[in-house]
Parts: sequence; C-alpha cells; structure tokens
Amino acid sequence: MIDREQVLHVARLSRLRLREDELEGMASELSTILEHIERIGELDLEGVEPTSHVVALENVLRPDEPAESLPRERALDQAPAAGEAGFAVPSPGAPVE
Amino acid sequence: MTQILDLTATRATELVAAGELDPGELFATYRERALGDDLGAYLWVAEDGSDAPAGGPLGGVPVAVKDLFCVEGVPSAAGSRILEGYRPPYTATAVERLRSAGAPVLGKTNMDEFAMGSSTENSGFGPTRNPWDCDRVPGGSSGGSAAAVAAGSAPWAIGTDTGGSIRQPAALCGIVGLKPTYGAISRWGMIAFASSLDQCGPLTRDVADAALLLRHMVGRDARDSTSVGLPEEVATPTAERLDGLRFGIPPELTGEGIEPGVSAVFDATCARIEELGGSLEEVHLPHSPHAIAAYYVLAPAEASANLARYDGIRFGMRRGEADLLSLYEETRAEGFGDEVKRRIMLGTYALSSGYYDAYYGQAQRVRTKIADDFRVAFEHVDFVITPTSPTVAFPLGERTADPLAMYLSDYCTVPMPLAGIPAISIPGGLADGLPVGFQIAGPAFSENRMLDAAHALELAIGFDAKPARA
Repeated sequence: MIDREQVLHVARLSRLRLREDELEGMASELSTILEHIERIGELDLEGVEPTSHVVALENVLRPDEPAESLPRERALDQAPAAGEAGFAVPSPGAPVE
Repeated sequence: MTQILDLTATRATELVAAGELDPGELFATYRERALGDDLGAYLWVAEDGSDAPAGGPLGGVPVAVKDLFCVEGVPSAAGSRILEGYRPPYTATAVERLRSAGAPVLGKTNMDEFAMGSSTENSGFGPTRNPWDCDRVPGGSSGGSAAAVAAGSAPWAIGTDTGGSIRQPAALCGIVGLKPTYGAISRWGMIAFASSLDQCGPLTRDVADAALLLRHMVGRDARDSTSVGLPEEVATPTAERLDGLRFGIPPELTGEGIEPGVSAVFDATCARIEELGGSLEEVHLPHSPHAIAAYYVLAPAEASANLARYDGIRFGMRRGEADLLSLYEETRAEGFGDEVKRRIMLGTYALSSGYYDAYYGQAQRVRTKIADDFRVAFEHVDFVITPTSPTVAFPLGERTADPLAMYLSDYCTVPMPLAGIPAISIPGGLADGLPVGFQIAGPAFSENRMLDAAHALELAIGFDAKPARA
C-alpha cells in the first residue's frame, strides 16, 4: 500500500534520515496501519463539518501589553551551539567551526 | 515511616494543617522511596521541597510530575533522547499552580517518548515496570506516574492524556486517573504531542485526591488561548449513593475484544451501580469503533507538525554538521525512537498533497460524528461507562513488534478526547491478580458530578488490594 519510494519521499519531507534496514520495516508497518485507517474512507460523511477544535472558542484576544521576554542568554543557554548573538548553524553547504 | 506512606494525599494535607505531620519529614520519606525506585518509574528526583511555599492548601505533599512538563532548571526530556539533558528556562502552568498551592515537585516520571505509546516501553530511557507484576507493563504513556503512585513512591502524580495516557496506566496499576474536559487545565509548558487532544490530569490513590489535585490545576491561562477552566470550583466528592443517576452502556465499547476477566469486573461494577440506586441502560456510540482510525490520523498529523521543532538548533541533541539538511536529518534520525519516527511519517503522509482530504479531512469528520454520538447519548443518560482497557497489564515486549496491536490498547479511551469530554478510571477489582479499571465519562465540564459518582462507586467497591511491590 505504501512502497519504498513513498517511504523515502515522506522521510525526506519529515527530515528523517532512515537507515536501509529501517526502510523495509517502515513500509510494512505503515501499510498495516494505513489499512486499518482507510476503513474510515468507507463512511459516508458527505456534508459533515470537520472538527479541528472541541471547545467553542472564537477570536481569543488579549490587550497588546509589552512585557519582559526571555533574556537572550537564557534563550541561548540550552542550544547545542550558540554565539553571543544567536544560534549557530552551518551555512548552506559549509561546515560549522 | 510506613504510616506516612499509607496516608492518602488528602489525609496528609489535613495532618500537616493540624500540625501533626511535618512536611519536611513527609518530603524526605517520599524522596527516599523515590530514590529507591527499582521499577524505572523516576527519571529524576528532587533534593528538597523548597520550591513550594509552606502553609498552602496542599500542605507540602509532594507531587510526581510526568517528564513532559517543563520545570525550570530541571531535566525535562519528555522521555526522549533528543531532549536528554534539556533544562527548560520556564515552568509549566499546571506545575506552577501546584507549587503555589503548596505541593513541591518530588521528581520527574518516566513515559513513552513524547507520550506516544501505551506501555512506557517507548521511553528513550528504558521501560517502567508494573508494581503488580514486574514482568508486565504499567500502561502508558504516563506509566511512570501510575507506577510511582501504585508502588507508594509518590503520594500522587500528574500526567497527560491524549488518547488514554492517564486512564489506561491508572487502570493497569490499580489507581485513579482523571482526564479533564479539554481546556480545563492550561497546556502551557507541556511538551506538545497532539495539541487538540492533549490534556493534563491527576493520577492518585483515590477519588478525593484526584479532586483535590484537579482543583489546584484548573483555570484559564493567558498563555494557552485554548484554556477555559471549569465553570465552578472542583468540590470535594462526598456522594455515597447514585439515586436517580442513569448510566449508559455502549455495546460498541463493552463487547467484542474485551477480555473475559475484564468483562467480569465490569459487570460486577454495573451491578454495584444498581445497588447504589443508579440505573443502567444501553446507549449507542455508532462511530466509536472508528475512533482508533481517526485518532491515528489526527494525533500523528498534529505530532508531525509539533515535533518539527526538534531540529538540533535551539535545544537538545545535535548530530551531522556537514550542512544544514544533514544536521536536521541526522539529529532527528538519531534522537527519535522508532515509534516517534513511525508517527511522524504517518502524520506527514496523511497531510501530504493528494492525501489530505482522504485522511485528515475524513478523520476530522469522524471526530464530529464521535462527538455527536456522545451528545445524543447524554440526552438519555448522565454518564457513559466502559472498561478502561480491554485487557489487564500485558507482558513486557508482547506488543512492541506490532504497532497496531499496541494502538488497539486504547480502544475504550480514545473516543473521549476526540469529543473533548472528561473521563475517570477507578479500580473496579482484580482479574487473575491484576487490577481492572472502570471508566466513567460525562459531558464536557461535568467534573464535579463525575467525581461524585466515582466516589460513591469507589466506596461501594472498597478496592483495597495492594501490589506486590508496594
């Protein structure tokens, strides 16, 4: 139902690098799960409103009041790599120091 | 020491208030128990109870907290290697409220990674074992919280429930577990799994403890715009009778697939309801057999978006520095466990172009029908009752190789969060020496009535069996 090529495509969309030995298992497990899930396709739900949220809420607003935000050093101190000014990442195509 | 450990949390708060119990001794006693935990229930134990002010209504009675609640400066990894060592710069609202009311954090409890699982075997830090039988699972995903309360290494605990993650482990460990109405408690600081379903709640020794813990967590929070609180203060449940109350039994969730031992306890508990003056009638939830399928589209879809933040940039693990794409892909490949990868894949697939309406759209429409089914049922009955779990605690390893079998563990608990309604699991009795949970679900915001009914039933059942490892 979902083949190796599709698994690779979805893995790329998910930013997951799957090992060769994971691909096979993933394809068969996802197929089994999807087979169960696809039974809902047999229900005639034409015209039924989809539910995205269960509590009736509309436009939850608050006054736009300035407040303290997380200090920069606190926001950065859990990062695997950070400089004084921000999070450090490899620039496209280049290794980080 | 044994006496302290035998107290319910409510009783401990009363003794502290009366000056007959020293909160420092109480904390130290539980800390020693938590440090001696050999079930894998704890991932971290606090030094002392100084994080909560003395004299609050919760009297210094410490609370064990599921690892996915952010606690400032305390390891909070949601059971995942990708967040190993992460110490958040802020504290979850639910935990902050408990602290303000006088309950210090006792420790962080083990869980299925990112709350994805029904056995706690998906933890990145090893499984938790069931105190009733160490070769069996405690349920999940709040398995550490449930095992700690059942084994007496915590007076009470909090967890989260997305598809059954409070109620199912409570059932499998012989304790009380309550999932409140969606929005009753702020989700701020809870590491997100599926945001339209996730809800925090108590795991406790009895119904009164669940009410007390709930009372001090509920309320609207400006930092979670979906939080609404409850319309009235959570009361101490006192009911001893069920006169005039109507309990609906849905054949869709009580028949096929339920183990005989579980059915026997369910039937015996139904008989108790009638002895207490309540009435039983059949109600139908025709779409609930499709709840698992809808849930395993919606929850993974939301998770695939929520877990995009684990990218090796701002916190947690980082691997693969060759270039940015490799960094993302290798960090996530190494940091996430198998079940988390499976759900991210499933969710990404369901949301991908060309499949969106067939999967996600259809699942959202099933969700509408499931909520409608409950609405119709509650026009005829006050509560809907089911077994909490189709089986008793299963052996470690039994379902790990078969994801779908694991998913079906949540057959009786998934419909309620899809409808956003509250439900409580209380111990109904034993089957083959293992606890069996009884679930009571009510309409949205019916927590007080539900707690009262659970209290009356709890008194009548008189469940006093103790696990081997308590």
